[in-house]
Amino acid sequence: MEEKIQFKLNGKQTSVTVDSERMLLWVLRTDLGLTGTKYGCGQSQCGACTVLVNNEAVRSCMTPVSEVRGKDVVTIEGLAVNATLHPLQKAFMESDALQCGYCTPGMIMNAYAVLRKNPRASPADILLEMEDNLCRCGAHTRIIQAIQNAAVEMRGGS
Amino acid sequence: MKENLKFEPPELTADLRISRREFVKTTGSGIFLFFTIGELPFLQQEVEGRRASPGLPSDFNAFLKIGEGGRVSCYTGKIEMGQGPITSLAQELADELDVSLDAVDMVMGDTDLCPWDMGTFGSMTTRLFGPALRTAGAQARQVLLELASENLKIPVSNLTIENGVVFDKTSSQHRVSYGQLTQGKKIERHLTQPAVTKKPSEFKVMGKPTLRSDARAKVTGSAKYAGDIQLPGMVFAKLLRPPAHGAKLLDVDLSEAKKVQGVQIIQQGDFIAALHKYPDVAEIALSKIKAKFDKPQSGINDSTIFDHLLKVAPEGRIVAQGGNLQEGERAAAAIVGETYFDGYKSHAPIEPHTAVVKIEGNKATVWASTQTPFGAKDEVAKELGFPPENVRVITPFVGGGFGGKSRNLQVVEAARCAKLSGKPVQVAWSRREEFFFDSFRPAAIVKIRSGMTSGGKIAFWDYHVYFAGERGSQLFYDVPHHSTVAHNSSWVGDPGSHPFATGPWRAPGNNTNTFARECHIDTMAAKSGIDPVGFRLRNLTDAKMKRVLQAAADKFGWKPAKAPSGRGYGVACGIDAGTYVAAIAEVDVDRITGQVKTKRVVCAQDMGLVINPEGATIQMEGCITMGLGYSLREDIRFKDGEILDVNFDTYEIPRFSWLPKIETVILDSKDDPSQGGGEPAIVVMGAVVGNAVYDAVGARLHQMPMSPERIKEALNRG
Repeated sequence: MEEKIQFKLNGKQTSVTVDSERMLLWVLRTDLGLTGTKYGCGQSQCGACTVLVNNEAVRSCMTPVSEVRGKDVVTIEGLAVNATLHPLQKAFMESDALQCGYCTPGMIMNAYAVLRKNPRASPADILLEMEDNLCRCGAHTRIIQAIQNAAVEMRGGS
Repeated sequence: MKENLKFEPPELTADLRISRREFVKTTGSGIFLFFTIGELPFLQQEVEGRRASPGLPSDFNAFLKIGEGGRVSCYTGKIEMGQGPITSLAQELADELDVSLDAVDMVMGDTDLCPWDMGTFGSMTTRLFGPALRTAGAQARQVLLELASENLKIPVSNLTIENGVVFDKTSSQHRVSYGQLTQGKKIERHLTQPAVTKKPSEFKVMGKPTLRSDARAKVTGSAKYAGDIQLPGMVFAKLLRPPAHGAKLLDVDLSEAKKVQGVQIIQQGDFIAALHKYPDVAEIALSKIKAKFDKPQSGINDSTIFDHLLKVAPEGRIVAQGGNLQEGERAAAAIVGETYFDGYKSHAPIEPHTAVVKIEGNKATVWASTQTPFGAKDEVAKELGFPPENVRVITPFVGGGFGGKSRNLQVVEAARCAKLSGKPVQVAWSRREEFFFDSFRPAAIVKIRSGMTSGGKIAFWDYHVYFAGERGSQLFYDVPHHSTVAHNSSWVGDPGSHPFATGPWRAPGNNTNTFARECHIDTMAAKSGIDPVGFRLRNLTDAKMKRVLQAAADKFGWKPAKAPSGRGYGVACGIDAGTYVAAIAEVDVDRITGQVKTKRVVCAQDMGLVINPEGATIQMEGCITMGLGYSLREDIRFKDGEILDVNFDTYEIPRFSWLPKIETVILDSKDDPSQGGGEPAIVVMGAVVGNAVYDAVGARLHQMPMSPERIKEALNRG
């Protein structure tokens, strides 16, 4: 059944009138045109569709849009402030932490949630938290490096 | 950072097929350098049929343009799927033309703008395309120097170039820029004679670690992949699929599906699709289609497949032969005969196959995730009954290919849906479809019989590979009596062999061949009581391979010991796409669970001149990480044509926790031609892990993947 659902998307109040059982991923990609969030598996197994809902990383492919009602959703498009890239985005570029780039938005969003929660996450913590985000090109070592570098910058260099 | 992948430069929109001269006339001022790489189809018919592109003549397959304003554009049918040619090719041009990297635009994989290209695979972009591109750049530079000489009235020998500006060596105020030189001029050159390219000592951009030029677009989510193309009026199609390969549709009831609001159902024989403006709603409609299939009972599954393949294997083709095997056997003090097995593997790119097709009148525009845009163009033309020049394929960024996006089934499906529905259509495969319709790396068998002398030399080598193909089967050890035979010399099996499609998978054939050869070499070394690195060096005369192996051993800190030493060290060597590679790994094996933890991998590589060392290192790291998957876990299970692994829960690909410490060494071979970089390091991974497992626990695995179950089984066998 179609209903009006309001939430904050990348800092802006947003309203969609949709079947509330539809998954957030498709509403973001098709209804709202934010295609940075990717489909990879449809079953919460690869992490390509990761977005933040109230600062928690969630798999948008299995999150009904009704669950974000009144909440704060951040996608990869909302991470840079004006044209200034987020430290994670910069670190991914500088560490060459991507190849085909398809898993990258999900990787960055998951890492963002991890570092928000624990700015001093150890390499071992980061590894554990990133475990369920899949990359097929094998950029893993550089992704971990990039997240560590970003963590330092987010802490103000300490 | 600049994003230098462009899809639609406005100046190139001529819509008739024309001669090169006319083409130049229509494309604004500039200097055009046309060149050819690889083989062009030489029959006129083939030229017409395969390369017909509106506005593009057919006697070259790449070109570069130095336009007004001095910007350099390279037009190539190659595509960017992660391996980084968008950066490395631009580096080559920048150096040869003496411009900054920022001044180079890459226009890739658009069949209307770029001349015909076979496809992006086989680690050929840097190896074959690169040298031609550099030569074209060098010749363009020569033309610019001559123009500057006329303009400045200074002999060419007195001129030099920096950052796209030509000036007098002795007084730099006498200067003219590329932009000024090309203004209002149309100069065309077809590259026939090789021009003199720069020496490595003159490189300013090549050979320097360079970050990816597409990175900004990819970290901000603005990089467009085929699925991100959404057109006005476009619908998503979800197709009715059989439950198993070979299943036939008996009966179908569409009535419930048709009731879904806004859905359009199309049907043409067995081809049935639900179309909706939202993909998830199309999926719901699809799930309401009631279909009955006749499922075949072939009796072939992932455990009976090897017997089946050996039964239907064709006669072999001799790949290499020398000496006399009987004589070799007489010289041998010991003989080792083993059989090695490798199961089906999926490409499993994170981006599933996707295509968008828009038909307007008698023209079609296609956006596709493909490694072969020109192949896709021909297939769409055939499907729609259009002349090829009426079909344009645009290749946005491709989210991983690994050989799997060389077939274009999804493109043809989207074309058919667009034709039947009269709307622009996107077909984006689900993960299940991706696993079902993949052209898998073939299951394969290798049988080796070999012998060694009492002095630890290989006396003879009798090698038969079934269904993997012959790439990587060539023996580089020095063996007096040898024979290598390939039964079914490509990755595509004869009809009746594989139960579903198979195709090239990153370094096709070589992963299987190198696994078998290098495990076998280790078995011989162990039986001879000789350290595995020492045994290899003793049997190598190829100086390059010896150097590469030694480099890996030095970096690792290898200390000789015969296997199994309990240390968990393994070594393997291989050659792929002209590149020599040696790896040494350290593993831990849990004897109770059979789990393998790869702790460290050192990999050394000689790949000739390296254009982008950063990119080459990344490819080695990627190969090592990806290679752990096929070595340890990846295996497609199936039964009677049904694929049982349909998502990442049971088809396990490498994860962060698998990561070993990776150390790479690229040997300095600047004066040798560039060789492949995207594939070579992956070929050694099966054997390096298998040999390390043997060294750790004394259990020899003969089948990939070396799953915990198989390791436990091997340990119990003793």
